[in-house]
This record gives sequence, structure tokens and C-alpha cells, in this order.
Amino acid sequence: MSLSSQVLQALWPFRLEQRPVPSSLMRLASPLIAATAMALTGLIVFLILGEDPMTAFQVFFLKPLSTTYDLGELGLKATPLMLCALGLALGFRANVWNIGAEGQLTLGAIAGSGIALFWGEALGSLALPVMMIAGMLGGMAWAAIPAFLRSRFHTNEILVSLMLVYIAQQLLGYLVHGPWRDPDGNNFPQSKVFVENAILPMLVEGTRVTVAFIIGLLLAVASWVFSTQTFAGYRMLVAGLAPAAAAYAGFSERRNIWLALLIGGGMAGLAGISEVAGPIGLLQPVVSPGYGFAAIIVAFVGRLHPFGIVLASLLMSLLYLGGEAAQIDLQLPSSITGLFQGSLLFYLLAADLFITFRLRRVRRESRAVASAAS
Amino acid sequence: MNFEHLIPILVSTVAAATPLIYAALGELVTERAGVLNLGVEGMMLVGAVAAFAAGIASGSLVLAFVAGMLAATAVSLLFAFLTLSLQTNQVATGLALTLFGVGLSAFIGRGYAGMPIERVPRLDIPGISDLPVIGPLLLNYDALVYLSIALYFALSWFLNHSRAGLRLRATGESPTVAHAIGEPVIAIRYLAVMFGGAMAGIAGAYLSTALTPMWVEGMSAGRGWIALALVVFATWKPLRVMLGAYLFGGVTVMQLYAQGFGVDVPSEFLSMLPYAATIVVLVIICRDPKTILLNQPASLGKSFHPDA
Repeated sequence: MSLSSQVLQALWPFRLEQRPVPSSLMRLASPLIAATAMALTGLIVFLILGEDPMTAFQVFFLKPLSTTYDLGELGLKATPLMLCALGLALGFRANVWNIGAEGQLTLGAIAGSGIALFWGEALGSLALPVMMIAGMLGGMAWAAIPAFLRSRFHTNEILVSLMLVYIAQQLLGYLVHGPWRDPDGNNFPQSKVFVENAILPMLVEGTRVTVAFIIGLLLAVASWVFSTQTFAGYRMLVAGLAPAAAAYAGFSERRNIWLALLIGGGMAGLAGISEVAGPIGLLQPVVSPGYGFAAIIVAFVGRLHPFGIVLASLLMSLLYLGGEAAQIDLQLPSSITGLFQGSLLFYLLAADLFITFRLRRVRRESRAVASAAS
Repeated sequence: MNFEHLIPILVSTVAAATPLIYAALGELVTERAGVLNLGVEGMMLVGAVAAFAAGIASGSLVLAFVAGMLAATAVSLLFAFLTLSLQTNQVATGLALTLFGVGLSAFIGRGYAGMPIERVPRLDIPGISDLPVIGPLLLNYDALVYLSIALYFALSWFLNHSRAGLRLRATGESPTVAHAIGEPVIAIRYLAVMFGGAMAGIAGAYLSTALTPMWVEGMSAGRGWIALALVVFATWKPLRVMLGAYLFGGVTVMQLYAQGFGVDVPSEFLSMLPYAATIVVLVIICRDPKTILLNQPASLGKSFHPDA
């Protein structure tokens, strides 16, 4: 045993050891550990920025929960995160890495808005259901591209779905600057305001949270039923956990790829139309502050489990609201949200280590044995 | 269109290709060691903002590039620690690195938007850089362009003709065998990830001080992802990274010049070109699964635990 490793062991007399079985306690505790570590990091960042950490902490994490309106905002921002993450998680569990939810969300917003702008009035009370379906189809169509390319040409879906995000954003930019721009809108790059019957009804009076939040919760239940109670869901689970076993059992890889991407794209599309037909009310160059990307974090923090994702989407929503509150009350940059979100996922991945490993104190005897052996 | 018009297009193609070359060659080394780092976009942004901030603070472009390299290397170390020491999933951790880098760079760069910075100077040898055609086409770039070509030659030699390069490739093809013959697999992978980080840092620094000398949130605009696609397109070979980077540089520049030549297409559709081209190119390369199987480092993306 070298001198350096002896020194190292004296300073850090612990060793990572594989657990006989993965710890189910740690599986649940790890997101909490990660959230705590993120909050501590937040305190340090506030200190560095010269803020009183307790005040900043209170503004960032507690103030957004203080009134009914604020709670409504929490649900409002959690909705697209939840919808996107539910779809993505199904894919991640089956080893299908759709990271282009942001683009699928954009296409859903575009497709649904098309209905609202051109047939909104004519469709009457049918407008909203048709818009929602169009939004889902828009997201599905966009996700069908990586699905087709991966199943037909073995093209990596990570890169394709991501490239399509940029293409979708340009397409949206073209529409609101060009053919769909409101002619009476003082040249602002935005569409006409949707007619009343093309706007989602509010869930609670005095808040901005829409019925889409309830749809999200229902879809969480549906997603749980799908992955635990149906054979298609089971096949996807096996494909993710043991690809070789799935192939041996004759489970079609193509079908999983298509299912994962179409469901993911459809949910993201629904998130997109829920945003434009909800809090935004028209089509504009930016319809999402990166919900599709933040949903990746939500999916992991929620343990890729539908109910976990509901909780995780509320936490992520809080980070968005906290960032806004910090900007208004403390003049802190709202980009602090991105910093917190990114570090949350890092902490989670690190904490997940303890699901399969544990720290063991290296005892003196075993150290002696170890050095004798070497 | 005559040759006179072609020269500025070729010159801007080279400039647009340069950050892609650095980022893609860096990622190529990382992947040849068996590690898939999807955080290139995030590392580039961190490099870009660090270089810009250091350039403003010190007034020195050399220090700017050093800062860009160091900052991106530092965040790549975070990735290395998680994936190599803690054995986390490389795909998820790489995504986390990109999301973290986007957030961190926006946070650091909040005060720098709209500030001017001195642009990296172009080579200007009196009498020689003014030569017709050859002057502007070959002898009038900034130092980073020439260094990127030198980097290509150095890396080709390193990977294919040096002992260290062989050890790196062995680590990527079969970490178990490399470990069994006494190679420090984890240490080699750490170095490969850090090299990828440093190169992504240079790429980012080039964006914010040479290509468009300013800081804009998210200014890499997917170039990190295009660099990742380039490595696949290049089937993990440095020469094809260079060809691919110049091809993409050309596509990026074409959108700027297309309207000048009277192509009547909305600018948004032209801006889609580099991303659409990436998809097309990936399809062409991946169409035959054997191409990938034969060239991709065999252990790419898989964790390795020396004790297991």
C-alpha cells in the first residue's frame, strides 16, 4: 500500500461498498437529500451575493407559498413541467432519451393556436377540445421524427430531438413575425388574442391556474396505470431494466421507441397548448421559459414515477416562482433559478449513489489485512 | 457570382467552423476514452462567459482564453467526479451538466450583456496578408484558427502514433482489459474528460471574444450539440471532424449570405439550416449500423468500476 493511499485512508477512513440489495429507503430519501443540499447551496449563493441569507431564503422558498394567488401560480407553472415530465419519464425508463420536449411543446402550441386563430369562433364550445387534440398531435408529429429516424436509421434520438427544438423555435418565430402576426398589433411579433371560448377556464377564482392542472393530475394516474397495469407498460419497463431480456422475450424495440416518443411528444404538445390557451392567451415568439428542459430534471427528481413527478413538478415550479420573487424583492437575477435547477439534478445524481452503495468505516484490522495483502 | 464574392464567404466559414473544431476534437478525445459527455453545450457557455468576464476585467485576451479553459475544465471535473468516481449514469449527468452550465453562465453573465470587448485580432503581416486571394484566404485569420489546425495534427499523431494515445484508446475500447494490464483507467478517463472540458472552454471563449465579441445568454445556440453530432458524423476520426466542421461552418454562413444573393426565403428558415443539416448528416452516417458499431469506442457511455 502506497504512502499516499495510507494518508488518504487516515483522513477518510471510509470505503464505498456495494449494498447486497438496492436500498428502497434511499431511493425515496435521495430527492430530499438533494433538495436540502440545493437549499444549502442557495444559502451560500445568497451570502456571496451579499444578501441576508435568511431573508433571501424566505423570499425565495416561502413567499411564493403565502397567498391563494401564489399557490395558484405554483400549480400554473407546475402544469407544463408535470405534463412534459410524465411523458419523458416513460421514455427514460425504457432507455429512450427524448430530450426535445421543449420543441414538442412548441409544436403543440403552434398546432393548437392554429385551430384557435382560424376556427376558434366557428367551433364554439368545441374549440378547446379540438385545440387540445391538435396540440397533442402537433407534439406527437414532432416526436415522430426522432422515432422514425431511430427505428428506421438507428439515428441517436438525443441529438435529433434536440436539433428539432431549435427548428421548432425558428418555425414559431417565422409564424409570429410573418403569416400569423396580428395585423392590428402595432407590429409586435404576436398573434391575435384568442377568442374567449378558446381560453382554458380557471380552476380557482382569483388565481391563474387552469383546468390543465387537473388534466395533468389525471394523466399522472393514467401514466401510473399504464406502466404498472398494462402489458405495453411492462414491456417498456423491461426494455429499460434489462434490454437483453426484452430482446429475448421478443419485445419489439421499435414499438417501445415509437410509444415512448409519441406519448412524450403528445404530453409535451398538450403542455404547449395549455400554456398558450392558458396564461399567455396568444401565440408569441417565446411560449416557454425552458419547461421542456426543466422537465428532464423533474422526471429524475420524481424518480421517473408518476406520483413522484407530481411532487417534483411542484418543487421545480417553486424554483421558478422563487427566482421571480428574488428578482422583484431583492433585485437578484432571475437566472438564479437555472443555477438551482441544474445543481438540484447534480445533487440528486450524487445522492443516488447511496441507493446501490453505502459508506463503510474501514476498521484498523481490515486496514492491516489490506496492507498485508498488498 | 465571381471569385471575389466567394472569398468573404470562405473566410467566415473558417471562423464559424473554428469553435466547432475545438469542441468536437475535445469531445472526440473524451469519447475515445469511453466517456460520453453530453455537457458540451453547458461547458461552452461557461467557457464563453468566464472568458468574457476575465477579458473585461483584465483587458487581456490571453487571460480571457485561460479563464475560459479553466472554468470549463472545472465544470467538466464535476461531471468526471460524478460519472467516474460515483458511477452515475453518463447520459443523465451530461444533461445535468448542460442544464447547470446554461444556468450558471446566465447567472454569472447577468451584468455583462451589451458590454463591448476587444475582438481577437487577425494576423496582419504587412505585405503578405495583403496578397490577392492567398492573403485573405490563408494568411489573415486570428491565431485560434491556426492553432485549431495545429491541434488537429497534434491529436491525430497523439491518437494514432503515440503510446499515450494507444493507452487512451485501449481504455475506451475495453476498460476491463486496460485495467487488467495495469492501466489507471479512471485516471485516464479523468484526464480525457478534462481535456474535453478545456477544449469546450476554448470554443466558448472563441464565441464570446472572436466570432461575436459580446456576451448573450445561451449564445452557443446549440453549437455544443452540433459538436457532439460532428463526432458521430466523423466516426470518431479527427480528419473527418475537421471536414465536418468546415461543412457546418459553410452551412451556418450560407444563411447569412443567402439573402444577399437574392434567395427569397424567410430568415427563420435559413436559420434552421445548421440544425436540419445535423439531422440529415446523422441519418446518412447512422443508416448502416455497422459503420457505428465498427468505429464507436466499444465501452462508450458505460460506467467502469475497478473493483467489480
